[in-house]
Amino acid sequence: MSDKTPIRLKVNGRNYDIVVEPRRNLADALREDCGLTGTHLGCEHGVCGACTVLVEGKPVRACLMFALQAQGKPIRTVEGLAERDKLHPMQQAFCDNHGLQCGFCTPGFLMLAVGALEAEPDMSDEDLRHVLSSNLCRCTGYQNILKAVRAAAKEMRGT
Amino acid sequence: MGAIGQSLRRLEDRPLVTGRGRYAADNHAPGELHMRIVRSPVAFGRLRGVNLRAALAVPGVAAIWTWEDVRQVPPIDFRSPHPALEPFRQTVLAHDYVRYVGEPVAAVFAADAYAAEDAADLVEIDIEELTPYLDPVAEPPDFMPATLPGVRADAAVLRKGYGDIEAAFAQAYAVIELDLAVGRHTGCPMETRGAFASVDAASGVLTMDGTAKAPHFNRRAIAGMMDLPLEMVQFHEGHVGGGFGIRGDVYPEDVIVCLGAWRLKRPVKWVEDRLEHLIAANHSRDQRYRLRAAIDAEGLVLGLDAIIFSDQGAYMRTPALTVPDMACALLPGPYLVPAYRVAAHVRLTNKTPSGTYRAPGRYESTFARERLMDAIAARLGLDLIEVRRHNLIPKSRMPFDRGTDTLGVHVVYDSGDYAALLDRLMDHIKFPALRADLARRKGAGECVGFGLSIFVEKTGLGPADKALIEARPDGTIEIVTGAASVGQGIETAMAQIASEVLGVPIERMTVIHGQTDRIDAGLGAFASRVTVMTGCAVHAAAGALRSKAVEVAASVLKVAPGELSFLQDGVRTPSGTVMPLAEIAAYSLAAGAPLAAEGRFSVDHMNYPYGIHAAVVRVDPGTCGVRVERFVIAYDIGRAVNPMLVEGQLVGAAAQGIGGALYEEFVYDETGQPQATTFADYLMPTLAEVPAIETLVTEDAPSPLNPLGVKGAGEGGITGAGAAIAAAIDDALGRPGAVTRLPVTPVRLNALLTHSTRSTNYS
Repeated sequence: MSDKTPIRLKVNGRNYDIVVEPRRNLADALREDCGLTGTHLGCEHGVCGACTVLVEGKPVRACLMFALQAQGKPIRTVEGLAERDKLHPMQQAFCDNHGLQCGFCTPGFLMLAVGALEAEPDMSDEDLRHVLSSNLCRCTGYQNILKAVRAAAKEMRGT
Repeated sequence: MGAIGQSLRRLEDRPLVTGRGRYAADNHAPGELHMRIVRSPVAFGRLRGVNLRAALAVPGVAAIWTWEDVRQVPPIDFRSPHPALEPFRQTVLAHDYVRYVGEPVAAVFAADAYAAEDAADLVEIDIEELTPYLDPVAEPPDFMPATLPGVRADAAVLRKGYGDIEAAFAQAYAVIELDLAVGRHTGCPMETRGAFASVDAASGVLTMDGTAKAPHFNRRAIAGMMDLPLEMVQFHEGHVGGGFGIRGDVYPEDVIVCLGAWRLKRPVKWVEDRLEHLIAANHSRDQRYRLRAAIDAEGLVLGLDAIIFSDQGAYMRTPALTVPDMACALLPGPYLVPAYRVAAHVRLTNKTPSGTYRAPGRYESTFARERLMDAIAARLGLDLIEVRRHNLIPKSRMPFDRGTDTLGVHVVYDSGDYAALLDRLMDHIKFPALRADLARRKGAGECVGFGLSIFVEKTGLGPADKALIEARPDGTIEIVTGAASVGQGIETAMAQIASEVLGVPIERMTVIHGQTDRIDAGLGAFASRVTVMTGCAVHAAAGALRSKAVEVAASVLKVAPGELSFLQDGVRTPSGTVMPLAEIAAYSLAAGAPLAAEGRFSVDHMNYPYGIHAAVVRVDPGTCGVRVERFVIAYDIGRAVNPMLVEGQLVGAAAQGIGGALYEEFVYDETGQPQATTFADYLMPTLAEVPAIETLVTEDAPSPLNPLGVKGAGEGGITGAGAAIAAAIDDALGRPGAVTRLPVTPVRLNALLTHSTRSTNYS
């Protein structure tokens, strides 16, 4: 199990040259090998979505993808959302709308929502609800997450 | 100065939205070892041996421990002493017997988490399987037959009551009998449990990161178990990914992590996976209620006689009897109930041990009591609102002595106007119109219904708390508390309370919590206590700081303190010049002491917010699915420090309550194997299941027991959810009393719908 392979991950525009076992999942590689602990593991079986990152722009459960499979593909994590001190509209909207309490599921929701809205800026409210029901939150009851994402969607569209 | 009552944005959020949070799993240190627990695969059996040979051969394994390695460590004790329960405490690793699937049997320490898990898979456990005890209503067998003969799995029988129960039944117009049950749930925070322990080579101090809920208690407990002087052990709370009562009790794994770091002289990290969490972190609820109520012809409850069976699971954990005790004490809720008798049987089955989960004992007892109110209405042909109104404790009876004790204090409802809240809710939902609309929809063939539940919560558990506060020359304020954060926003709330007194904006405040090396005492965060207890201590500390600032300014300005007045962020002289707090702090520091103060708050009683939950549901007879169309929470909080945070607590709790009412349940098969071990089996609500929850937060009944008038908000969003949804399903089905058990899963609803006769719940 210990045949390790050198790979290069491209995360948030930066290259990370790491050496991993083939079985290492992307979430562990990001957290342990790249030091990007903003991606959280809530279930490790693909249900909760806390580990959601964007791979080639699409929301992906990082616990269900091997690090090797992500090799060479552009990956975005929560650490890459803000530009220096300026929060991404989605991050700002979560703060403004009390869209988080403990914050553990938040990076997953942020990446899920950003990925979905970048692909489809004019997503209908029904589709938005459908997308956001992919992830679990145990604190907020979801209403403020929905409110935050709606507000950010508006901001991202520039309307 | 106006900070209390404002929905200010949280101080906590920025690191959390930028991925800079520091949760238990985010701790790292050079040379760290990863711990993996090997758990019992069977529910009940005699532990004959553990074979480590293959596991020890895995590269990277540093040590593997079994009972022999930890036998000198005492079992995990309770938060308050219970000598009679001592035989039922859990040791940190199993010996003689295993009593539930998931019980820790061995601990593997390895250089890498993957290697630790590989080695754990190779540990062979030899167990002689025995027949598990799974139904707490059945006669309890021996707890550990061969090693503790005659000690039955019957931990306790709690008895409470008041009034003349026999007389109540003797004069009853009718007697209502119900047999009700609430399933096995847990808080299930999104962050699983984890801990990181290390020993500082220079000072020799053992530090554990990843603690929660009660860091000071946990530190003392674990230092005691390891026989270390208290000052050699420090606990630090980082970010905590949700608590809900179940996180932060002293668990076997926490102790082994600390022991590992201490003995192996390397940092030890432990992060459980979700499967482990679902079988090894505390479960809760799982109570059965047999109610008998004596009523008069108008539906007034004359007496309530209750028997509760509480399925505690395999061992007694740190909260001991807290859950059944609160269920017994608070079952009568907001109603007069002049005579009451209850006996709660706490049984130790071969399931995951239980502890507290948000509104412990109240989610269950509210379900039982409100089912009773619905049953009385059905029996006498009364309106479900009117029967409740008839039984409510009137405002004129406040403060109301409930006649019971719990958590070491007598239950006295401090303030409340329950009937007024009911009126306000009825107005808010425009009840006559809602009812007419539902009648119309029913007429059109839809299966829709309305239900409601009324409850009294308990918050602000004492006895005492303290806070330290310091103003600094750079204009910032530091507040040090012994509270704990589980994500509820305590930094913001505490800062708002201090800002109310000092006028300093909350952005210039830092609030410390969960650090045992910063303050010598603290109770932490449970029982919705932080805003009340820690909040009032912060309020007192800020007041003392303000007085001190005036004194320092007076000595600098060479005037009498009485000539100065404190205003927004500073002190004003009679001539109108203002000396800012930062400048006073600089003078104080230059004179040899920081501008700092301590505040204390103590109280003899809890306080009692109250609320009403109303639900509209639609049942799909085809799929037996239930959709909550509308959910309304009316809740009197006394005084809201930050309404946005209060609403956040209520809405989040309601989602959990909906989960417990319809989806979430730990089911076991006949051999005691848990059937819910992933998020595909333990079904927590997603956005698709949770409606837009409406809140009606009132401040009609401030608590007379503290200077701020505040009551807690943490639990009132969940308490009545099961009861209200059950009533709404009954109404949708047109079958009063149909729902006797939560959660109302599609399987159970299908059984109800295919049952040809009407419910026979009423005698």
